[in-house]
Amino acid sequence: MSANPWNEERLGFLIGLLRPAPQGWVEAASQLPRLRLVLDDLVERAQADAAFRATLIADLEAALAREGVEPTPRLVRELQTRLS
Amino acid sequence: MTSRLTDAELVARCREGDEEAWAELVERFSRYVYAIAVQGFRLSEQDAEDVFQEVFARTYERLDRLREDSAVRPWLAQLTRNLCVDRLRERARVEPTEDIETGADETLAELDLALDVREALEALGDPCSDLLDRFFCRDESYRTIGEGLELPPGTIASRISRCLAKMRVQLEGRNDGPAASGGR
Repeated sequence: MSANPWNEERLGFLIGLLRPAPQGWVEAASQLPRLRLVLDDLVERAQADAAFRATLIADLEAALAREGVEPTPRLVRELQTRLS
Repeated sequence: MTSRLTDAELVARCREGDEEAWAELVERFSRYVYAIAVQGFRLSEQDAEDVFQEVFARTYERLDRLREDSAVRPWLAQLTRNLCVDRLRERARVEPTEDIETGADETLAELDLALDVREALEALGDPCSDLLDRFFCRDESYRTIGEGLELPPGTIASRISRCLAKMRVQLEGRNDGPAASGGR
């Protein structure tokens, strides 16, 4: 083994430490800016329109899906919190 | 796919609302955050996913509060660490857990060093970057990689060795070694 601190074995070990995070997690985090815009818009409309708010609260998942967003439990929780 | 923007440049663009820059920031640090949660603190997949999403959600919300754009990396590490510790403490109330917190620091130092190496790997570009990632991170065999690239396994082995040698040169050029940069 080489005395060099960056010997091949060590490099291979260090490269292997950072394995890819699950693709779905990365995609969800990458979409945060868009998701924020969707949530902001829904909350704003709910504040301005009582009927819309009632429909929204009745089925948060459907409302998110209508906006083209996957209604993950995390997102539904967040919307719920912002509406309460 | 990824640009060679510095961390500071990337953060500045994110702050301006550049969605592509945000996606790149997530991509750049996703492995690091994931590794801290899963290897450093040995969280379950469910807890690790919650922490992972929370880290990036808070980062997105709080980019304005970052004092120095170039400090995003240690900031992310600290945020991930704190959220992992919170999660472990919540779990410890319900069921006894071994004291993982105390053992995490050493792993975190290794992961920090691994991120330096990762940056050097990405700077190498393809085909080295892809080749080394497939072999060391995705556990693909010489044969599998060779089938994808239509090359014999022996060629893959020698290319991996050459790519590692290139990386060594690059890392040595930075004038620090693993021990010197491990305790950031």
